Amino acid sequence: MLEISGVTQIFGGVTALDAVSFSVSKGDITGVIGPNGAGKTTLFNIITGIYHQTAGKVLLEGKDVTGFPPERLARLAMVRTFQNIELFGGMTVLENVMVGMHTKSSSGLLACALKMPWSISEERRIRKGAMKWLEFSGISDLADHPAGGIPFGKGRLLEIARALAALPRIILMDEPAAGLNSQETLGLAQLIKRIRDLDITVVLVEHDMELVMDICDRIVVLNLGSKLAEGTPREIQESPEVIAAYLGDDD
Amino acid sequence: MKRDLLLFIAFSLLIMVAPQFFEGGYLMNVLVFVGINTMLAIALNLLLGYAGQISLGHAGFFGLGAYLSGVLTTTYSLNPWVAMPVAAITVGFLAGLIGFPILKLKGHYLAMATLGLGIIIYIVFNETVELTGGPSGLSAIPNLQLAGIIFDSDVKNYYLIWGMALAVMLFSINLANSRVGRALRAVHDSEIAAQVLGVNARLLKVQIFALSAVISSLAGSLYAHTMTFISPTSFGFNFSIELLTMVVIGGLGSIYGSFLGAALLTLLPEFLRGANDYDIIIYGGLLVVMVMFMPGGLVRGIPALFRKVVEKVGTGHA
Amino acid sequence: MQFDQILQYTLSGLSTGAIYALIGIGFSIIYNATGIINFAQGEFVMLGGLLTLSCLELLKLPLWAAIPCAIVVSAAVGILFERLAIRPLRQPTPINLVIITIGGSILIRGLAMLLWGKDTHAIPPFSGDEPIAIGGATILPQHLWILAITLIIIIINKVYFYHTISGKAMRACSYNRRAAGLVGIDVRRMVLFSFIISSAMGAVAGIIVAPLTMTAYDVGVMLGLKGFCAAIIGGMSSGMSTVIGGLLLGVLESLGAGLISSGYKDAIAFIILLLILFIRPQGLFGKADSERV
Repeated sequence: MLEISGVTQIFGGVTALDAVSFSVSKGDITGVIGPNGAGKTTLFNIITGIYHQTAGKVLLEGKDVTGFPPERLARLAMVRTFQNIELFGGMTVLENVMVGMHTKSSSGLLACALKMPWSISEERRIRKGAMKWLEFSGISDLADHPAGGIPFGKGRLLEIARALAALPRIILMDEPAAGLNSQETLGLAQLIKRIRDLDITVVLVEHDMELVMDICDRIVVLNLGSKLAEGTPREIQESPEVIAAYLGDDD
Repeated sequence: MKRDLLLFIAFSLLIMVAPQFFEGGYLMNVLVFVGINTMLAIALNLLLGYAGQISLGHAGFFGLGAYLSGVLTTTYSLNPWVAMPVAAITVGFLAGLIGFPILKLKGHYLAMATLGLGIIIYIVFNETVELTGGPSGLSAIPNLQLAGIIFDSDVKNYYLIWGMALAVMLFSINLANSRVGRALRAVHDSEIAAQVLGVNARLLKVQIFALSAVISSLAGSLYAHTMTFISPTSFGFNFSIELLTMVVIGGLGSIYGSFLGAALLTLLPEFLRGANDYDIIIYGGLLVVMVMFMPGGLVRGIPALFRKVVEKVGTGHA
Repeated sequence: MQFDQILQYTLSGLSTGAIYALIGIGFSIIYNATGIINFAQGEFVMLGGLLTLSCLELLKLPLWAAIPCAIVVSAAVGILFERLAIRPLRQPTPINLVIITIGGSILIRGLAMLLWGKDTHAIPPFSGDEPIAIGGATILPQHLWILAITLIIIIINKVYFYHTISGKAMRACSYNRRAAGLVGIDVRRMVLFSFIISSAMGAVAGIIVAPLTMTAYDVGVMLGLKGFCAAIIGGMSSGMSTVIGGLLLGVLESLGAGLISSGYKDAIAFIILLLILFIRPQGLFGKADSERV
């Protein structure tokens, strides 16, 4: 599904990522873990086209997508969420999710402004689709609230609903549990499993070990910009290098 | 959705009956300008309020529309109804072309670049004397005609201009509540999140910049054909600032706000006739006060103020 | 003949360029300390000239006393501006800052119009107006004053930024405002300082140019914008690159006006501005910086 090969990122002389390679199989939940500064978010930013790596390749479903801008990747059915949720605060919750359907709709500027019949029916379809994803994420009761004013935990769910509305085949989540209480984290774990059940591949960067060990099929461990280990949760928990480098000195 | 339509119909009716109260008076002429300025404020608001991209050069696009219309109908004796779309398409094309490099810039840099663009256009109006008449202006621009009616009086112009202004309003309201409008607002709130969801932010910004220029150009053509005389001073930096003031005072991202801002700023000088030169101080003061105390503009600030007052009164009685 | 002309245009271009440089440095100082492009910068240039006039005519001060007096009053206006318009801003987004500094600039200009009227005023040259011949060209003593004072100010600036505690603190703010705050630098004070310094520098520019070009309530707009062009060419540096940017702009403008068309003189500066912003937004001499694009 997703293949990272030899990705290297150098920021002004500092090597943030050093020839990281791994692959993500279709339908898996893959966790990327590692202590702070391991390069996890940098890696995500490279995969999703926000940064351009110094070297290395990213392959999406066998296609070389190195250097593609984010909007092109979205059309190839890859979306992501952000560590500090990036909501459209000036819009309602429902409208946020409606933006998620951007790639799945096509009315142009003039058709929209002149309310052409096809754009009206498309608008109806967008609204219905967006509502469905709000229900899927369990926040449909907030549909008409301004997104800027909802609690953080709900914002997290909204961001996921919005990403799902783009009908991705792969979704990358940057620390989805950050800032959630234990109740919300449990709900999140359920939601991620349900996303996988829709046949959507999930990749997540996460600090919450319990969550990672619970839901991930495979785990990649980064440390100081290089890949330290890769395997099933059990293998990772038993790997002496990981215990030494990571579980030992972090929580 | 339905409420939006009802509001628009009510507003249109109000506009259509308004002349009954002012007919023949000097105010009719001012109300024609309110219509033109409403179009311009909406054009700028689409760019600034919805897409979050500032322009300090919109008077330039307004002027280009006016001059293209003016020159095509006088020197080249084109029919005004032909000249108007020709001008609009030309201006839209130019704006699209310059939009790609200019909209790569952000914030202050975009402000300065658009400002520079506006000033260059203004200088061109002044210097291409054979074409535009230079500082002394271009006169004898024909009025518009439709089915035997010549739009040469304030009342006729009122209906002409407001017909167009209402069309621009409805167009913009529809746009704002559509797929494209949402994408625009998304770019405004978080460009990166919008891109990740597949919105081509760069192209969208250029599109809206061009659309905004087209509307401004149409307003310019209408201005030229109703005034029949134009000169560069109407299209300078100060007018770009006045447009900005209208949009900010009315409320960023609100179409009716743009009307409010345009109406206030067009009518204000009429009420301040004694203070003719000092209106510029009032603009400056209004800008500062609004950004500081009512960043949402009149259209949001007044209801908020009203609620506060009601609450105060309510608790006072309890 | 042709060469003499070019020399003449270059010489007069250099002195206008020096003025642009001073204004440009003022822009850069505030930008570096706060991230704000102060659209009101030009108004301090206007204030410098007109306040000097008032000190001369109303207070009957001699020139040597009128100038510092005008600079101090301009700086005081700068303080007021920062305190009343910039600091209380609740949502300091770039667009709000653009709007508020524009609003402030209109307000200052309007008040100046109330105080001094709409006429243009002349200030006597600092030391006569006997032309000095250089090669085939001539310059006025005031041109030399402009170049000399600009040079002195640039040196003072350099000393301040590199050899005093508060100058170094200001530089720290320009590199990283948050880090500067964390190591105990009073960032708000530095912001205020930056407004004081740049309004004073703007005033100086306005004072030394006034004997050449006359002054009026609305001279600040164009001069301010040209100063900004200089700063953009110099990559918003508060040092030599902006000075070179200003001189380059002044000379190109003067040559363009003289050799091509005087009507397009102002357009030249803005075409340069657009080209630089499109092609090298980091300035002619700067390294790539992602903040502007």
